[in-house]
Amino acid sequence: MTALDISIEQIWAWLGEVADPEIPVISIVDLGIVRDVRLMDDACLVTITPTYSGCPAMQVIAASVSDALHAHGIEHVRIESRLSPAWTTDWMSEAGKAALKGYGIAPPVQQAIDISGLHAGIRRRAAPAVNCPNCGSPHTQLTSEFGSTPCKALYKCLDCREPFDYFKCH
Amino acid sequence: MDAKIQYLLRQGDNAMILSQQLCQLVGKGPALEEDMALSNVALDLLGQTRMWLGYAGELEGKGRDEDRLAFLRDAIEYRNCLLVEQPNGSYADTLTRQFLFDTWHYFLLDGLTRSSDERIRGIALKSVKEVTYHLRRSGDLMVRLGDGSEKSHAMMQTALDELWMYSGEMFLYDEIDQAMVEQSVAPASELLRQQSLDHMADIFQEATLTMPSPDAWMQRGGKQGRHSEHLGFILAEMQFLQRAYPESSW
Repeated sequence: MTALDISIEQIWAWLGEVADPEIPVISIVDLGIVRDVRLMDDACLVTITPTYSGCPAMQVIAASVSDALHAHGIEHVRIESRLSPAWTTDWMSEAGKAALKGYGIAPPVQQAIDISGLHAGIRRRAAPAVNCPNCGSPHTQLTSEFGSTPCKALYKCLDCREPFDYFKCH
Repeated sequence: MDAKIQYLLRQGDNAMILSQQLCQLVGKGPALEEDMALSNVALDLLGQTRMWLGYAGELEGKGRDEDRLAFLRDAIEYRNCLLVEQPNGSYADTLTRQFLFDTWHYFLLDGLTRSSDERIRGIALKSVKEVTYHLRRSGDLMVRLGDGSEKSHAMMQTALDELWMYSGEMFLYDEIDQAMVEQSVAPASELLRQQSLDHMADIFQEATLTMPSPDAWMQRGGKQGRHSEHLGFILAEMQFLQRAYPESSW
């Protein structure tokens, strides 16, 4: 079987079943990591982009993509990494955001930092108001700008008292 | 060596040495949240290092990839500024070093997002988002500890006074930096310095810290390979495996 027999849509659907290795409830497609899929002769070219430049999951993600496509009978898979345009949480799908929330991680609440703006992001207390993913309360507080992975910050809910992860706008 | 390669090495070496220093604190942070923040910042910087050194190695075209550049250059070939190789010291020292670096780093990257070099623009656009969080955190902690207890205030002021002489090197442009400005690769020194000093002044004021004079005498030499004694020890640890077991790999 060669890749020629398969539609691009089918490949996107298969990649939509590949989970992010660090947050397994969201797929790499919903996360916006897969940027392009192409069929070339008998090979499939998948372009992915790192969420953060030091993201240690990139190699695992590349291997997962190859494994998934091999399992569906595509023999030749090429993975390319693309840096520009830089990944942004704006590319995260609504389904992905809902899955994060169901998992207990508050999804990004606003459009990504506008770096062409007036450097608003570097001001103290620039962290946004985030609703608690457990009880929905808007009374939450930032505990730390950094959480268990580079893409998350730590918050706590002042009503249900639960600590939670917030997926930062990026 | 081509000016652009040198310039890329400077960016990569700054990020790598600071990352290595922060990694030494993993598991030793004063609070769990701080421990995680330190390792997150270190990870971002390491990722940025790979992009800078990877590009430098490609331009050089002598088969030196990011790993060879990191592990097989001696101190005299390193191009990081003196600030990042200063010891971790107390947490006041670690944080003050971070804040001084983050401020310059943020405004430099912001300038590099408009670089004439497409690849540099891409790296800067990726990195500046990460460094926005670094600077927000380190600025916040400067204020919380500077305007904290009597003891924390005194420690922060001492750290600032002692590290200040390393804060000017980044703005002292030599012929390599100047060549990059002329090619519209890098932002001009004057604007970068003014933006950085303005932000520092704001934070220091809120932190009730006295800002040392921007016109004070500044240490220099790191960018040209003249380092303090600290770098040798950092490299001895970082490069041990490749030096002891050449060409070993995973």
